[in-house]
Amino acid sequence: MNEDVLKRVQQNPKFAELVHKKTTFGWTLSIVMLAIYYGFILILAFAPKSLGASLSGGVTTLGMPVGVLIILSAFVLTGIYVRRANTEFDQLNQEIVEESK
Amino acid sequence: MNRWLKYAGYAALALAPVAAFAAGDALQGEVKKAPLNISAIVMFFAFVAFTLGITYWAARRTRSASDFYTAGGGITGFQNGLAIAGDYMSAASFLGISAMVFEKGYDGLIYSIGFLVGWPVILFLVAERLRNLGKFTFADVASYRLNQTHVRILAATGTLVVVALYLIAQMVGAGKLIQLLFGMNYASAVVLVGVLMVLYVMFGGMLATTWVQIIKAVILLSGASFMAFMVLASVGFSPEAMFSKAVEVHDKHAAIMEPGQLVSNPIDAVSLGLALMFGTAGLPHILMRFFTVSNAKEARKSVFFATGFIGYFYILTFIIGFGAIFLVGTNPEFKDAAGKLIGGNNMAAVHLAKAVGGNLFLGFISAVAFATILAVVAGLALSGASAVSHDLYASVIKKGKADEAAEMRVSKITTLVLGVIAIVLGIIFEKQNIAFMVGLAFSIAASANFPVLFLSMFWKGLTTRGAVVGGFVGLFSAVLLIVLGPAVWVDVMGNAKGSAPFAYKNPALFSMTLAFVTTWLVSVMDNSKQAQEERKLFDAQFVRAMTGIGAAGASKH
Repeated sequence: MNEDVLKRVQQNPKFAELVHKKTTFGWTLSIVMLAIYYGFILILAFAPKSLGASLSGGVTTLGMPVGVLIILSAFVLTGIYVRRANTEFDQLNQEIVEESK
Repeated sequence: MNRWLKYAGYAALALAPVAAFAAGDALQGEVKKAPLNISAIVMFFAFVAFTLGITYWAARRTRSASDFYTAGGGITGFQNGLAIAGDYMSAASFLGISAMVFEKGYDGLIYSIGFLVGWPVILFLVAERLRNLGKFTFADVASYRLNQTHVRILAATGTLVVVALYLIAQMVGAGKLIQLLFGMNYASAVVLVGVLMVLYVMFGGMLATTWVQIIKAVILLSGASFMAFMVLASVGFSPEAMFSKAVEVHDKHAAIMEPGQLVSNPIDAVSLGLALMFGTAGLPHILMRFFTVSNAKEARKSVFFATGFIGYFYILTFIIGFGAIFLVGTNPEFKDAAGKLIGGNNMAAVHLAKAVGGNLFLGFISAVAFATILAVVAGLALSGASAVSHDLYASVIKKGKADEAAEMRVSKITTLVLGVIAIVLGIIFEKQNIAFMVGLAFSIAASANFPVLFLSMFWKGLTTRGAVVGGFVGLFSAVLLIVLGPAVWVDVMGNAKGSAPFAYKNPALFSMTLAFVTTWLVSVMDNSKQAQEERKLFDAQFVRAMTGIGAAGASKH
């Protein structure tokens, strides 16, 4: 990348916007995922019995839907990110690339 | 339109095992357990013949180094998602996690969740930067603005250690599995796996390796879906009925429905979580997959599909494990004289295949398990070969001036050498306890590869000195703490229980933190001229990481 292109990109307000949006969104979702997972780990470590409670009077415990929901949340969160990144962010990115030429 | 046709093709492939089942049902009852499992061997050889055909096709398309390392960057997001899922769904996770559910119930689910949740984080923070900055190996990214020689030596060392540990675990697993499933002897099984691995990689490069992985992922997911379907069908599709049947017959009864001993120690649990989560983001054969797609958009899609497939797979293994409790665990046909499962608990899923689909389906699942190992070892070998040829030979020894033909020759020779080493180590480690090896591979990936990779992308202040010192500190501390911990000190060396100098099974919490702190400290103290230059280069790297301007594109075919 030559110096001119680098300067033009850095000075483009859209670049600052892209960096801000992408970084905020990426970190927010990461923190959500980490909070879900480590929240689960902490429950396991300190209150494992709470997951052993019966869900609705039968043998199925609360832990079962919780586990499946964590798996689903991972998939849904990636979906949310990809959807926004592949449309909004990529659009913005395309404009920055065009304007840098 | 075209894309949907392709998806329809995958769906058709997914239905194939149902047809195989229909035939298998008719065979049931006549065929007693034979020492040599003919249907399994026939299906396995059909897989091998087919994949060798693909290798031949791929070999004719593999001309340049870019073809060899990254299939020319022409893999789509969906295909790559399947291939990543394939790399992750090893025979160990298929048989191991379903065995864990069979034995302990809920704990198996906890374990598999740990393997999954790293993926979203990789997507949000790492995937596209990786794609935009790298070309063939993750060392390309880590050394982007740092000293090529030193950082690549570190990255190649990290890669080779992880690859070697993973390979040994897979080879030993393969040998034992084939012994049990096919009635073949251990050494010839190991040799067969090694030879096929070399053939795929040496001739077909990344293109063949990726397609072998995709095909295997599709047949593994189809086979596992079928098993889970049959388990659910046997209880009228009611999870409550499935759980109550399992609780009734399992000797731990209701305890299988709640967390058990796996996470009794919070520090070990957090440490395991870190190793699984960030280890995934430091596994060289997984990172390499991000360079096989054409751009950041496809890289993101890969992770989306991979997360979906892996999550689905873990739900299946959970159902399979529970199904095995009441369909296999109560059936004397699958037990030895002592009342234990024939071949050990790891065979739970394999026995379940016979219980729900007869001998032909048993053959199918056995062949799938073997195919799984082949696909995973091929990915590992390619990653190890790239570290030697691209990082060590072309960048360190030839200082970036190697010609492409010579570089490819080196990677092919390395593949051959790795094949021989894998076979020899596979045979040497036959009787050893190797349960710690995959855990160690993850810990090293999280402690040596990940911190350097992560900081190189996110922190302007990182310098070569910091990266190299921190990376090696992470590597050695992970190894040292595993050796001093219960997994090696007690289980392998046979010292008394509780005598291990390091109390935790998983060192990642300590070794990874140590690596980060060391890298930071050494970088901050580094005020050399070189360090200042390296910090200045961050801005250009950041723009490329964010926008993809200047990124390596797909080669034209």
